[in-house]
Order: sequence, then C-alpha cells, then structure tokens
Amino acid sequence: MVVMKMKFPFQKRVKLAQGLWLLSWCATVAGATTFTLGCVLKTELRRRAEVMDNADIHIVPNTLMIVGLASLGINYFASKICQDALDAGRFPRWKNFLKPYFAASCFFTVLMLLAVIMSYAMKGSLESSLKIGLRNGIRFYKDTDTPGRCFQKQNIDRLQMEFQCCGNNDFRDWFEVQWISNRYLDFSSKEVKDRIKSNVDGRYLVDGVPFSCCNPSSPRPCIQYQLTNNSAHYNYEYQTEELNIYLRGCREALVNYYMGLMNTIGAGVLSIFILQGSVLVSLRFLQTAMEAVAGKENTEIETEGYLLEKGVKDTVMEYLNPVLKFFLLTNQVEEGATTSGATPATT
Amino acid sequence: MAVLRVKFTKTKRDKLAQVLWILNWISVVTGVILFSLGLFLKVEINKRGELMAERDIQYVPNMLIAVGLIACAINFLGGKICYDCVDTTKFLRWKLIMLPYIICTFFFTFCVLVGALMCYSMHGELEESLDLGLTEAMRFYKDTDTPGRCFLKRTVDLLQIHFQCCGNNGYKDWFQIQWISNRYLDMSQKEVLNRLRSNVEGKYLMDGVPFSCCNTNSPRPCIQQQITNNSAHFNYEHQTEELNLWMKGCRQALLEYYVHIMQSIGLAVLITWLFELSVLTGVRYLQTSLENVLRQGDPNSESDGWLLENSFMETARTNLNIIKSLGKNNQIDTSNNGDPNINVPSTSKAHYGPDNVPPKQITEDS
Repeated sequence: MVVMKMKFPFQKRVKLAQGLWLLSWCATVAGATTFTLGCVLKTELRRRAEVMDNADIHIVPNTLMIVGLASLGINYFASKICQDALDAGRFPRWKNFLKPYFAASCFFTVLMLLAVIMSYAMKGSLESSLKIGLRNGIRFYKDTDTPGRCFQKQNIDRLQMEFQCCGNNDFRDWFEVQWISNRYLDFSSKEVKDRIKSNVDGRYLVDGVPFSCCNPSSPRPCIQYQLTNNSAHYNYEYQTEELNIYLRGCREALVNYYMGLMNTIGAGVLSIFILQGSVLVSLRFLQTAMEAVAGKENTEIETEGYLLEKGVKDTVMEYLNPVLKFFLLTNQVEEGATTSGATPATT
Repeated sequence: MAVLRVKFTKTKRDKLAQVLWILNWISVVTGVILFSLGLFLKVEINKRGELMAERDIQYVPNMLIAVGLIACAINFLGGKICYDCVDTTKFLRWKLIMLPYIICTFFFTFCVLVGALMCYSMHGELEESLDLGLTEAMRFYKDTDTPGRCFLKRTVDLLQIHFQCCGNNGYKDWFQIQWISNRYLDMSQKEVLNRLRSNVEGKYLMDGVPFSCCNTNSPRPCIQQQITNNSAHFNYEHQTEELNLWMKGCRQALLEYYVHIMQSIGLAVLITWLFELSVLTGVRYLQTSLENVLRQGDPNSESDGWLLENSFMETARTNLNIIKSLGKNNQIDTSNNGDPNINVPSTSKAHYGPDNVPPKQITEDS
C-alpha cells in the first residue's frame, strides 16, 4: 500500500532536483536563523536568572539550538544529494546513507515542532518559577550585607523600573516583608519598637514601597510611605490613585514579556518547520524516482515516486524493530539450544 | 618637472581602472554610511530636544547628511568613469569631464574634512544649550497641569533614571527650585507657610530631591527628604554618603554621551576622508596616463601618469594668472590708444597670386 504515488517524467525530475537545491540552501539559512533565535531566547532568559527559581524553561532554547545545528547538516546533505541525483553514475553511492539520513531528519524536524509546542506548554512552569524567584528576591531585598544576596536589592530595583511593575502579585507584597534592614533602624525610637512588637515574627513592617515602584508618569511627586493613610498626604486618596506607583505585579509583567518573545519566535520556527518538511518530502520523491531509473539503459524514462513503500504503520514498525531489539530483552529460544530459560537477544 | 611621475603599462592602466571601479563602489557604500551616521545624530539630538535650549547645533548632522549624499553621487559617477576607462574609445566620451570632475572632488574632500572637524568643535555650543535647557526643564518640573509642559516631569525623571544623574550640576540644584506643585501643598499647615515665607519669591524650597535621583546601588533604602539633616535619619552622614543619590550632574552625563557619539562619528568621517583622497589620487593618475596615451597615439604603449604636470609653484602661478585674466575680459587695454592691432608683426604668409608679388601701395597724394 504505497503512500502518495506520483508520476515523474524526465523534465519534471530535472526541475524537482533544481528546485530542491535552491530550497535546501534557503533551508540552511533558515536553520542558522533557528539557532540564532535559540541563542537570543537563552540570553534573555539568563538575564533575569536571579528572579527565576529553576531553569526548566531553558529546555526550549536548548532544543531550538540543537535543531538549528542539526538542520544545517541535514540541508547540506540534501543539497549534495540532489546535485548528484541527476547523474546516474554518482547517485548510487548515496544508497546506504539515505535510510538513516531520513530517520534522523524526520526526528529533528519533529523535534522542531515539539519545541514550539513546549514554548506554549511551559507557561505554567515559567510562572511558578518566577513566583518563587520573585518572592525570594523581595524577601532578601534588605540583605545587602549578606554574601550571595547583596545584589538582590539592585536587581529588584532595576527589574521594577525596567518592566514598570511593583512586587510579586502587586505592590501589597511589600507590606508583608521587612525590606528595610535592621542596620538602618533606630531601635531606641519608640515608633520602631512599637512596629516590631506589633507582629509575631518581630519584623519592621511598613505600608510603604521602595522608590523603584514610583511611576514617572505621575503628575505629583512620588508617595512611597504611608500609602494606605489618606490623611498623611494632602489631596490624596489611595483607592482611586492609579498613577502614583506601578499597579502591575512583576510576575505578570515578566510572564507577558517572555510569552510575547516565545510567540514571535514560535511563529518563525513554525514557518521554518514547514520549509524543512517540504525539503524532506521533495528529497524523498526525488530519491524514489531516481531509484526506479537505476539499472535501466534509458535514463530519461518516466518513473514513479512515492513517499512510503508500505503503509505508515508498517514503515514505523520497520524502523522501530531494530531499536526495540537493541533495548529490550526478548525471549528467544535458539534453535538447537537444549537449555531452557531466557537467553538475552544478541544485538 | 612633473610631481610624482609614475610609468604605466597598458596592463597596469587596466588594472588601475578596475581597482578604482571597485573602490568607487566601496566609496558609495561609505557615503551611505556617512548619511546614516548624520541621520542617527539628528535623531539622537531631537530625542532630547526638550532638554536643549535653542542653539545652532543642527548644522553638524545636516552637514553630514549633505556630505553623505554628495559622496554617493560623486563616487557613483566616478565608478562609471573608471569602468569606461579600460577602453580608450570609451574614455574619449569622458575626456573633457574628467578634469572638472577631479577638481570638484578635490574641493569636496575639503568639505568632508570640514565635516569631520565640525564634529569635534560642537562641544562648547552643546554644553551651553544643555545648561540652559536643563535649568528650564527643572524649573517647569512641577507644572504638570500646564499645557505644553505637562510631560516635562516624566522626561526629566526618565532622563535621571536612564543616565544615572541628578540635577544640572549636582543634586543641590533641586534645593533651589520648587519642584512640588502648589496643588499638593496643604496651605493650612504651619510648616508649609513657614517655608513659603522663608524666601523672597515665596517658593516652597526643601532639601529634598525627586525619586528619580535615587541610586539603585545603595545598600539602604533611598533617602530623598531632609538630605542635609544628619539627625533625621539613623546612621546617616550626608557629607560622606556617596551611594544614596546619583552624584553626577545631568549636564555632564548628557555631554559625555553626545561627545562620545560625535567622536566616533568624527573618526569614521576622517577615515572616509582618507579613503576618498586615495581614490581621488588614483583617478588623477588614471586620467593623466590615459591623456598621455592619446597624445602618443598608440593605445597599447606605455605612458606616464602624474599628479601635476609642472611643479607645484608653476601650476599655482598659471592657475592664478588664468583666474586673473578671467576678470579682465571686459577691460580695455589703454596702451597703444586702445587699438589692439598696432605693432603686431604680420606673421601670416599672404598668397598674392601665381607671381607672389605684393600689390603696389597706393599713396595718399596720387
């Protein structure tokens, strides 16, 4: 049961080979583009690595880089094969190479599609990683004298100013954390002692936010402290005030940024996937058409090309059987062997 | 005595023409680069246009844009000329144009050099413009309800955050202006009224700065208010505290930024100038060697190429004489009574017929 049989007269074969050569060079450039896009995504993820708890999301750019490099090789060989295809003397030397080549190419092309699907599927993982990372960042904001955490304040401040956000979910996260270090608190003052006694953990909590939450678009000078106290500031009502500090949470801002980036990259990679797929399909048709010519005297006859000789299921089993035999221990009773019991299959 | 005479065989001439063709096309690309550098500088200056007072600084990017476009045109023409110079018959088409073209290009390279030098000379004008512009911007910081100035607060805040600077010369500039609008001051409070009465102009002055002056590298939360009051904050000494606010003034920060851009652009223009000069030298050699070949008659022979036919002084003298005589076309020569034909010896051999006997002179009295 042949899959997708097509007739190929000589002229059509020639045109297919020429078109495929051009297409494979375009696909090489596309493969380099995929690699570059993977590098760009990885760089962007690494820039904010301090506010991410785990590096699970890095599997997307890593896959893109591997696929980009692999497609460079795949398309290089594709162009060489189609150059030799029309020469009946040179084509047979590719015979043994083609079966593993197609297996590897299909694997990497499917991997490309998987990378795009993963970039959408891993949104939840990215969000939870950012949630934990930001929570730690806010908690260790005050520890500018602890080695290993002394740059947290700088990172969080720069993050909030660049992404125009405040806190984890929103600015109220700062009310629950002591973000002023004890080094700068006057413990002899009554007000400080009252605040520390007012909660179980003995933390100095204020209804204030750091300066990096301030919105430059506000018409009035920034109100950072006593945010919930309307009477502390003239002509101020915190329930309706929207321009004073950033209202967006940093987790939402970062997730939107990265999902936007991955959507753009995903769209590009999808089109590259279609290009790569068409290269492989054309190469398969050319190969089967040329194989029918081999051994004939007149090389200009019309031949048939097809995608798969057997049906899809049979072809898959044909490829998977050697792999399964390699990995599985199959019970085989060897002819002539008198001992019973399982003997491991030889590779 | 020619200046820098070089012998050119036919193959050498052809190679020179081909190399010059390629170099001219590279020069077209450098012309495009000059144009885009000028455009970039113009965009950068306009981006901060609100912070600059009206000064004559637009001439530098405009000059670069003009020079870039003219360089493209001149080198495009030069490429066409050099392409045709391989063939002596095609060279005849361009023969008359080549010398004026070389002279024009020579003066144009002067313009390129002037453009490069202008990049370095803009320093003083820019500093003055920034000084005045920043002072004005800080004065109108609080006027977020006045049309035309309502975005100045945002501009100044973003400038101070991005360039990591505070005030004009330093953060103390903010102590001398009222940067909090009256709309947000509680006039019924005693403290506010005291501050307003404490100075002649009735301004609400304080020793505080906007939040955009805060330094992100500071280990402690930012101290914006009562900066000069050591007792207002725990463990704080404002004379030694360097990390709390940005110490650099915005005028200096912006000046450094623009000077850096213009130094890079000036360097690129200087390199372009040297390149143009070398291409021009090559074209001059090609022109003189091809003209000498035409004079000798044999297109395959060797010929000489030079920069100037006579020595530098003689060429200068002859050119000055030509320029002087250009102005004398309409002047009457007052010697010899204005008659230009007196005392001019007859050098022409008149043909008086087959005997070649001059006719008798008819005297007046016969």
